[in-house]
Amino acid sequence: MNIIVCAKQVIDISEMKIDSSTKKPILQGVPKKISDIDKNAIEEAIKIKDKDGGKITVVTIGSSDAKERIKELLAMGADEGVIVTAPDNIDYYMTATLLSEAIKKIGQYDIVLCGEASTDLFSGQIGPRLAGLLNIPQITYALSVKTEKDKITAERNMGAKLVTTESKYPVLVTVTKEINEPRLPSLMQILAAANKPIQEWTADSLSSGLNPLVETVELKGISMERKNVIYQNDLDESVNKLVDSLAKEGVIGR
Amino acid sequence: MVLVYSNNKKLTIEMLSKATEIAKQQNKKVIAAIIGKSDEKLAKEYISYGADQVFIAETNLEAVKAEEYADILSNIVKETSVETILIGSNKTGKELSARLGGKLNAGCVVDSNNIYVKNNKLIAERVVFSGNAIAVEQFNSKPAIITVPSKAFDPLKKDDSRKGEITKKKIDSEKSQSKILKVQEMKTEGVNVEDAEIIVSCGRGFKDKNDIKLVEELADVLKGKTVGCSRPIAADLKWLSEDHWIGLSGRKVKPKLYIAAGISGQIQHIAGMRDSGIIVAINKDPDALIFKSSDYGIVGDLYEVIPKLTAAIKEKMG
Repeated sequence: MNIIVCAKQVIDISEMKIDSSTKKPILQGVPKKISDIDKNAIEEAIKIKDKDGGKITVVTIGSSDAKERIKELLAMGADEGVIVTAPDNIDYYMTATLLSEAIKKIGQYDIVLCGEASTDLFSGQIGPRLAGLLNIPQITYALSVKTEKDKITAERNMGAKLVTTESKYPVLVTVTKEINEPRLPSLMQILAAANKPIQEWTADSLSSGLNPLVETVELKGISMERKNVIYQNDLDESVNKLVDSLAKEGVIGR
Repeated sequence: MVLVYSNNKKLTIEMLSKATEIAKQQNKKVIAAIIGKSDEKLAKEYISYGADQVFIAETNLEAVKAEEYADILSNIVKETSVETILIGSNKTGKELSARLGGKLNAGCVVDSNNIYVKNNKLIAERVVFSGNAIAVEQFNSKPAIITVPSKAFDPLKKDDSRKGEITKKKIDSEKSQSKILKVQEMKTEGVNVEDAEIIVSCGRGFKDKNDIKLVEELADVLKGKTVGCSRPIAADLKWLSEDHWIGLSGRKVKPKLYIAAGISGQIQHIAGMRDSGIIVAINKDPDALIFKSSDYGIVGDLYEVIPKLTAAIKEKMG
């Protein structure tokens, strides 16, 4: 089974600070990591490879500094990495186009695995967009997958419905965070990953003259103005004060 | 033309109101699409809520598959010279929109609750970075695809005297290689946190599944009767079904009163409840993040605080 996993390097939102005057997030200097749900995609790829054999190639679109992050995925169990270096003002159309060109260049594949969405922007566009470009079936929001020789079956979280879908290969699958628990590589695996190949391709070499169809023209802050009245010390008194406050706010009492 | 589509009628009607506004600014008309069996009654209803035209794509597809629906929509787009496409932002709508974007090489913005035209450019705003910023996204090309969550826009007043055209056409889509084997109801307990006026939520501070009855009792005296929870309770521990889960990947709520008990206040949870009227936090850790996002808070052990609060409110409410 040849598997291609798409992974994105994102800023670690839990480390992100907000500028107290503008309320805008400060994006400079925030540590980066592989988007959590993409690690679930890698984990699932490794499980499939352990069962069926084959090769796992991980592809990312971004900057050269993604190399260290890709090494983590190679340590987990991916066989080869590809980094497509691209400009900063890239949109989903460009990313999906570059991924599809990279996948065509990698060659034969059975499954493309993606996380359902990235933890920074949480659009969930890349999987379905890429499936549309490659013109292959898409199985989204997978909670579990089962591979067989000529087909894959998945249970999918479609909100109010639990949908079971099967497809022939090649197929694109997006996974949810619930599908598995990504492994932590051992020291031996981390050392061994240093010898695994990482290729670096430029965006222009895959598809020249790409321009964004959608541009982020501004990032606005969100003010979360709350009263922050905190009662501590005597519990009975705190409870009474809280109930009085809620009654004054008009949210209880009728 | 502005095209509106969702497999959810309520969402379609809400989007028709926004579509009408955009269409006016651009001097265009609004088309609503119905995919599946011909339903003239529904088509007339869409007209009464603002559609100038309803396009019924008659198909005999048994199940909704994004591959086939994207193909049908791309046919409708080509036939009707559509420039703006609004699609309902449920999971089906999102995967459909993005695939359609891939097929048409069209820009797409997911989950937008603010859409407008500025300097002749279509703009869609969306919340990013786990609810910590709003990205203002500008379309540089046509067609533009935007998905719209429920309750983002108020529907127009129903007007049965409105006139509109109904077009019916049989459309064959490319057959997908995927097959839907089974559709089950997701295990739910029938709660609807999205419509609730008062929600009491529980998080990782609870030690046992049975302790959730503390939250239920508090919700009961508040006449809210609605229990919510953060991710660990629904996704990891499975103490409550997923329809209780409030957060970035769960439900988004805006009750007039939201009480978070034993919830640390990770930004993913805040993203789901930040639009609430009054937010109350109960947590034993005075440094818990949740207090920063709260109007009122009590620092204390929830096992002591909740029973006392329940009793005090019961007395107050008479």
